[in-house]
Amino acid sequence: MKQTGKKTLEPARPQPRSDASDTIQIAHGGGGLLSRELIRNEILSRFGKGPLKGLPDAATLPPPGGSGIIFTTDSYVVQPPFFPGGNIGSLAVHGTVNDIAVSGGKPEWMSLALILEEGFPLKQLRRILDSVKLSAADCGVTIATGDTKVVPRGQCDGIYINTAGIGSLIEGFRLNPARIKRGDCIVVSGGLAEHGFAVLAARKNIAIENGPVSDSAPVHRLVLALKSVAADIRFMRDPTRGGLAAVLTELVESGGFGISIEEKDIPFSPRVRAISEMLGLDPLDVASEGRIVLVCSAKVCDRCVEILNRTLGVNSARRIGAVTAAKGRVIMTTLAGGTRLVDAPRGELLPRIC
Amino acid sequence: MKYIEGFREPRAAAAICRKIAALASSSALKSRTVSIMEVCGSHTMAIARYGIRSVLPANINLISGPGCPVCVTPTGYIDTAIELSKQGATIATFGDMLNVPGSTTTLAECRSTGGSIEVCYSPITAMELALKNPKKEVVFLAIGFETTIAPVISVVDIAAGQKVRNLSMLMAFKTIPPALRVLVSDPELSIDGFLCPAHVSAIIGSRAYQPTADAGKACVIAGFEPLDILFGIQGILKQLADGKAAVDNQYSRVVKPEGNIKARQLMDNYLEPADAVWRGLGNLPLSGLALRDTFADYDVLRRRKMRMLDGAEPKGCICGDVIKGKRRPGDCAMFGRKCTPDHPVGPCMVSAEGTCAAYKKYGDAA
Repeated sequence: MKQTGKKTLEPARPQPRSDASDTIQIAHGGGGLLSRELIRNEILSRFGKGPLKGLPDAATLPPPGGSGIIFTTDSYVVQPPFFPGGNIGSLAVHGTVNDIAVSGGKPEWMSLALILEEGFPLKQLRRILDSVKLSAADCGVTIATGDTKVVPRGQCDGIYINTAGIGSLIEGFRLNPARIKRGDCIVVSGGLAEHGFAVLAARKNIAIENGPVSDSAPVHRLVLALKSVAADIRFMRDPTRGGLAAVLTELVESGGFGISIEEKDIPFSPRVRAISEMLGLDPLDVASEGRIVLVCSAKVCDRCVEILNRTLGVNSARRIGAVTAAKGRVIMTTLAGGTRLVDAPRGELLPRIC
Repeated sequence: MKYIEGFREPRAAAAICRKIAALASSSALKSRTVSIMEVCGSHTMAIARYGIRSVLPANINLISGPGCPVCVTPTGYIDTAIELSKQGATIATFGDMLNVPGSTTTLAECRSTGGSIEVCYSPITAMELALKNPKKEVVFLAIGFETTIAPVISVVDIAAGQKVRNLSMLMAFKTIPPALRVLVSDPELSIDGFLCPAHVSAIIGSRAYQPTADAGKACVIAGFEPLDILFGIQGILKQLADGKAAVDNQYSRVVKPEGNIKARQLMDNYLEPADAVWRGLGNLPLSGLALRDTFADYDVLRRRKMRMLDGAEPKGCICGDVIKGKRRPGDCAMFGRKCTPDHPVGPCMVSAEGTCAAYKKYGDAA
C-alpha cells in the first residue's frame, strides 16, 4: 500500500509503551553495549548461522548457479505493521522474493535493514523477526547481511524495513515485454486485492466480520514450476501497489499492443467485492502481495493455468484476457456486457462519498 | 453476495439491452435523440464502471446531472475549508473532496504543506478524532445529499448528547428535489427523463418525484447494479414511447413511497431549508439544509462568526450548461486543455466520472 502523508492529527500514540527495557531505545542504535545485545539476542539468534556469523561488514557469497544474477531492492513502510494474514516482516521477505521470482529468478540471498523508532516494543520486534525467519526459511532465501538503526521518536512510524535480494536466473526464461504479440494470453495466479484491503481495513479500524486477509505469500515455487513453459512466457509481474490496473496499463504503454480483459474472469473474492463496494474503491487498483500476473503465448495458456493450479493445490489461476491490437489501451468487458477503459490508478486510494 | 450477483447477470443484461434497442428504434423514438439524466453520483459511477453507454443505441444519450455532491461543491467552500485548516482546525473529510479545486489550491495540496486534513470513511470518525484530540477543533466537511445527511446528522445528534464541544460542521448539505425543480423549470432544458437516485430516494421516498413527473418528465427510480440501471433506462423509454410521464419505482426493494420516516424526522429536528450554492449552477434558493439556530454551535461558521468565502467560479466554464444537458463537453474551450482529470476546473471534470471526465476518459473507448 502506498503510504500517505501523515500529519499531526494522527490519533495520539497508544500511551506509554511500558518501561524502557521492553522497548527500543536510542542507545539500541548507538553501536555500544545495548546495540550488541540487541543484535546478539534478536538478530544472530535467528539468522546467525549463515553468512551473518561473525558479523562481517559485508557478506562473501559463492557465485550463484543459473545463467545470470538477479538483483533487487525494496523498502517496507506498511502501516500498521501487523495486519490480518501477516506483518511487515513476512511482507518484506515475500516482497523481495517475489520481485526476484517474477523476474525469472530463484531467490538466494537477501539483506535486512531495520529502521526502528525509539519506543518501539521489543515484543513486536521479536514477532516481526520471527516472521522474517519463518518466511525466509520457507522461501529458501538466506539473510546474508543487515543493519539496524534507531531514530528518535516521531522520525519514523514504528518500524521500516529495507531489503535487497539476489537470485539466480532460472534457465529458459526470456522475459521481455517486447516479445508480447497479439493473441497472447493474460493469466493471474489467484484472487486479487486481498492484501490491500486487509491493510486498509486494519489501518482504518474498519471492523468487518470475515474481512479480508492479506494474500502475502511467496510466488517463487510457482515460477519454478513454470520452467517447462518458460520459453513461452513473455512477462511476469506481481501486482502490488496499483494492483492489476497498474500492471496492465504500464505494460500497454511499453509496446504496440493493447489488452482486453473480462471482468467475469478476474478472481475477486466475495469479501473483496463487498469491501470494495463499501469503500467505493476499484479492486483493480488494489494491491496483492502473493500473486502473479503473466503474459504467455496462447499455445501454453491452458498449460500455465494447470501448472499454477497444481502447484497451488487450489483452482485459483485463470486466464483473464488477451493481447489485442488496440494500441496502448486496456479495455474491460464488464459484467453487464459493456466495455470500458481501464485507467492507471491515480496514486492515493480515496474512498468516494457516493 | 449471491443476491447482488443476480443483478449483474450478463445474459439478463443482454436481454434488457435488446428491449432497449427495440424501444429506441420504435416509431415514437427512432427519429430523435433521447436524453436521460441521472442525478446521483453513484449512478454516474456505475454507468461508467459497467460500460453502460457502450451497450446503448446511438440515439440514447446519458447525461450526468448535478447529483455528485463533491462535483457541485463550490470553490468558496474549498477555500473556506483550507482557511479553517490554516487557522489550526483539523479538517475531517470524505476522501474524494481532496482533489476538488478551490480558487487557488486543493485540500490535498493543503495537506502536503502541513495542513491537518484527515480522510474519514464514516462521519463517526470525525467525532472519534475530536474525542482523541480534545484540544483540537475538528471540522467535518458536511457535504452531501439526503443519503449522507442522515448519517452525518446522527453524528451531530450523538455529539450533542455527549456534549462534545470541539467538533463542528462546515455545512453544504444539498437536497435533490429543489435541484430537479430548477432543471425542470428551465425552458431550454433538453432532458426527456430522469433516472432518479436510489439511496436518496430511500430517505425521501418515491413521492418526492411526483412534481417532476407532473411537469412531463419520465421518472424511474433505479438501483445501482447494472441490471437496475438498464431496467431503469428501459422504463424511461417505455414511458416516452407511450407518451406519458409517471414516477416508476423500480427499486422497491429499498425505496418506499414515504421514504425513511425516522431519518427524515432526525433531519427535521436539526435542519431547516437554506439557500445553497452549486458549482456550475450558482445559488439555488432553498436547495440546501442548514443547522437550526438551537444547534448553531455545531456550525463552524456561526461558531467562529465567519462567512463562507466567495471563491470565484472558474471563468469560461460551461459545466452549468453541460449539467443541464444544453451543451456537450467538447463545446467548452477548456475541455482537455486547461481542464483535465488531473487539473480539473469545472465540476464535471472534478469527479473521475463526471460528464466531462467520463467523456475525456471513456468518450471514444467503447
